[in-house]
Amino acid sequence: MQDLIDELGRMPGVGPKSAQRITFHLLKLPREDALKLATAIIEVKDKVTFCERCFNVSEGPLCGICTDERRDTHVVCVVEEPRDIVAVEKTHEYRGSYHVLQGAISPIEGIGPEQLKVKELLGRLDPEGVTEVILCTNPNIEGEATAMYLARLLKPLGIKITRIASGLPVGGDLEYADELTLGRALEGRREVE
Amino acid sequence: MGLYRENAIVLRTIKLGEADKIVSLVTERRGKVRAVAKGVRKTKSRFGARLEPLTHVSLQLYEGRNLDTITQAETIDHFRTIREDLDRLSRATALLEAVDAVVQEGEDDHRVHQMLLGALRTLEAQSTPLVVPAFFWKLLAHLGFRPMVDACAGCGTTDALVAFDLIEGGVLCRSCARGTRISPEALALLRRILGGDLVSVLSEPASQSGYEIEHLATRAMEHHLERRMKSVGLLT
Ligand SMILES: [Zn+2]
Ligand SMILES: [Zn+2]
Repeated sequence: MQDLIDELGRMPGVGPKSAQRITFHLLKLPREDALKLATAIIEVKDKVTFCERCFNVSEGPLCGICTDERRDTHVVCVVEEPRDIVAVEKTHEYRGSYHVLQGAISPIEGIGPEQLKVKELLGRLDPEGVTEVILCTNPNIEGEATAMYLARLLKPLGIKITRIASGLPVGGDLEYADELTLGRALEGRREVE
Repeated sequence: MGLYRENAIVLRTIKLGEADKIVSLVTERRGKVRAVAKGVRKTKSRFGARLEPLTHVSLQLYEGRNLDTITQAETIDHFRTIREDLDRLSRATALLEAVDAVVQEGEDDHRVHQMLLGALRTLEAQSTPLVVPAFFWKLLAHLGFRPMVDACAGCGTTDALVAFDLIEGGVLCRSCARGTRISPEALALLRRILGGDLVSVLSEPASQSGYEIEHLATRAMEHHLERRMKSVGLLT
């Protein structure tokens, strides 16, 4: 049982307490439900790989987005992780393609551009006739460093480079906004129609 | 046990559980402190970006048995010019990494906060290539690892100082020579950095002797830490 608690405790966002809670929950499950979970994990490991073009998770050589002919391939939205694609897709605001870097530049962790799918992004620009790259990395220090690095790399190629605006969370209170966020939100303001 | 206030610079953050972070800080009066920021990863957190690395903050903390907890944070400076320039940002990251690695918790060190703040303010004002090596040398000297630069670390002569060796702890003359070669210009620059002539050193443009000193500073820091500096030169 301790093995299971230890393994679960290694999952992102799961602390020792949660690992214990999940373990006790699993103990109470009927055997067939536990098997279903175990099979699902193995199946995902066996079947799901990364898309050869955009490095999204995929069950074939190309992911569902790359094989969808209705998507606009001239615009590429660059994200850090496949889960960011899920987040952007939920907005229903975007019809272009994606590119997953599989991480972000983090000098303090020693993660540089070579460890990310940057070369692969460069290799897509010409063949796919990309005209715009949207830098959709996280608004933290690693995400900003990554966006600046890519902007510097891509600008000379004559491609339009845009960065997602950072601003205030909808539903939040202005008085609690920190200065950096509020400053950027002010900078990215737009005219009210 | 209780509440206290501190001004600090955020060095790095580590994710903790679902929504929290451990924040590594170098404070004005208590040296290095690691503290928990609860809920900071939620979009609507009242901390917002205030506890991101490279922020000078005024904090209220609650003393804990293990780690302290941050209860309030106000920004003093978020070094926006550094954040929005890749060269400055990678230099600043090297400074943060060095301080985080070198300073241990519980060491009552008041100077490091001041030194780091000074270096960051310099970087905010100008993207000078010598900020990082100068800071490394000053930091090492402050920690007691001040290299010998005026006389040969082997025999004491002041003539023909041509090499620098980390194990000997300083410059060496032609007959004692081992380690790396050092040019007379680079040695002069190193003497000025350690001698307190920092302001004029920092206003100098990039030069060959600057590169020499930069390379040597990184090696000296790595020698002291017994590990590689991850952030140095990563983006150049
Ligand atoms: Zn794909
Ligand atoms: Zn000698």
